[in-house]
Amino acid sequence: MERVPILKLGDILIVSIQIDLDDQSVLALQEDLADMVVSSGARGVIIDITAVEIVDSFIGRMFSTIAAMTRMLDAETVVVGMRPAVAITLVELGLSLGGVRTALNLEKGVAMLEHVRGAAG
Amino acid sequence: MSAPRELPIATNGDVVVVRQQVRSLAAEIGLSLVDQTKIVTAASELARNALVHAGGGRVLIEVLEGGRRPGLRLVFSDEGPGIPDVEQALTEGWSTAGGLGLGLSGSRRLVDEFDLVSAPGEGTRVTVTKWAR
Repeated sequence: MERVPILKLGDILIVSIQIDLDDQSVLALQEDLADMVVSSGARGVIIDITAVEIVDSFIGRMFSTIAAMTRMLDAETVVVGMRPAVAITLVELGLSLGGVRTALNLEKGVAMLEHVRGAAG
Repeated sequence: MSAPRELPIATNGDVVVVRQQVRSLAAEIGLSLVDQTKIVTAASELARNALVHAGGGRVLIEVLEGGRRPGLRLVFSDEGPGIPDVEQALTEGWSTAGGLGLGLSGSRRLVDEFDLVSAPGEGTRVTVTKWAR
């Protein structure tokens, strides 16, 4: 099983998925992120899927799980860089990714996190 | 014409290999990027189904040539417990393994042709086809 590295930049954790995710790697990433949000006190998580060619129901559910989980740990998650073909396929598959924030790219994702934090005071 | 190839589905890693092989053949026969993504996503769902519900199985990947347009056919088969009520299994949100219940119903929407044969105790065979446009 390959592990996805998690980078820390200020109070944001950045995960860039560059591998073909198998289900074990997906579960490991969820656990690693929960641990790291708590240990680092991060307020935001960005998951970059620019390099991800497909998102099936298992990977899609991971985004929802991570978003809900980090929210409970006082951090917001934004998924960035979704490919157009992936978006089309997800909608047809029937997965709406409810509760998951998305932004077009890393820069916009960071801006979104800053905005959310500003609004929360 | 490339010969049909059969791949095992016994581990999580096998599911990844199935996705990669399907992607490479889909590109080879000229499926659009969106159609490649759809058939690979369907393959991922069906391979996981075989693994989770039947403890494993295999997939036969076949390039269909000779027609007006080329196509890609995938036959997933397993010797698992089978599906007692196929109609119900194709209903969105129906799940036995605690998933989202999108595997079968969602895969059907992503392909051009979908066929499911199953009976209790006799395993399951799902055949999907995607044609180049």
